[in-house]
Amino acid sequence: MAAEIKIDPMHQFQIDPVGGGEMAASPFVFTNSAMWMLIALGIILLFMWGGTRRALVPGRWQAAVEIVTDFVSDITRSSIGTEGRKFLPWVFTAFIFILAANWLGSMPFALIPGVHPFTVTSQFTITGVLSIVSFAIVLGVGFWKHGLRFFSLFVPKGAPLPLKIFMAPIEFFSFMMRPFSLGLRPFVAMIAGHILLKVFGYFIVQGLMAESAMGGVIAALCFVFVVLMSGLELLVGAIQAYVFALLTAIYINDSVHLH
Amino acid sequence: MDVEAARLIGAGLAAIGIGAAATGVGTVFGSYLQGALRNPGAAAGERIWMFVGFAAAELLGLIAFVVAILALFG
Repeated sequence: MAAEIKIDPMHQFQIDPVGGGEMAASPFVFTNSAMWMLIALGIILLFMWGGTRRALVPGRWQAAVEIVTDFVSDITRSSIGTEGRKFLPWVFTAFIFILAANWLGSMPFALIPGVHPFTVTSQFTITGVLSIVSFAIVLGVGFWKHGLRFFSLFVPKGAPLPLKIFMAPIEFFSFMMRPFSLGLRPFVAMIAGHILLKVFGYFIVQGLMAESAMGGVIAALCFVFVVLMSGLELLVGAIQAYVFALLTAIYINDSVHLH
Repeated sequence: MDVEAARLIGAGLAAIGIGAAATGVGTVFGSYLQGALRNPGAAAGERIWMFVGFAAAELLGLIAFVVAILALFG
């Protein structure tokens, strides 16, 4: 009955060398994660190349690229101000890479037999490194600009002295949580969405394998759910990219203008 | 009680935290919608804070999810 196929939603996140075989101990194995990162990079480069023709009156492609760059530039400008311009390259990189990686993982490439998309940002290593770079920029800019006065970030302004002494360790702890939470957010959002989709995919297969009318009905309902949930996945992927870029800009603003 | 059963029960309990986070996220968006209905002119300025609030509420729910996954598969 239903117990013939064990539901295994975690196998889709397995990192394997491209072309099969065992994972060697060397760090230079070309894995499916690396391949999908290169595909994401290729798509980003193609998109940006099409938009940098520098026509005075932009065509459609250039207008699309300008919409995206204006969108991210608005994030930095409204969070950091006019001097936020020099942080725009990193914020834009983070935004468009997370967006491309999230969306590539939700594309229906499985219609081509043998291909299954791998969501690069469903590995904490990837989003963790992005968040480490963001946090390194925050710390680097803070200490470069303010020196040791950067630690005044943790002391709330205008509070009475006992409250300041009480709040400083709490603020420090909350500050140190930032890189962890920044990287955890897109990772768990992606992994949760894909586990959900995979589990409902297994339900579809089990419903069809039951070979009864009820099984067919359940399979059809689950199929509709998977289609709608995939649409929500696209939205969640875009929101997670936007939230990552927005929070990076806000943290950089905190360290550039010490509240 | 054997470990496998305890894992499943622990994962189920952690999933209650995810439901609590759903309440929080709904509160954030609902408050934005209420404010936008009352004062549509100020809605654009609040949009950024809506996303920040969503991120913070969602994060705590995702932490509960991580606990559930650790209980199931860790």
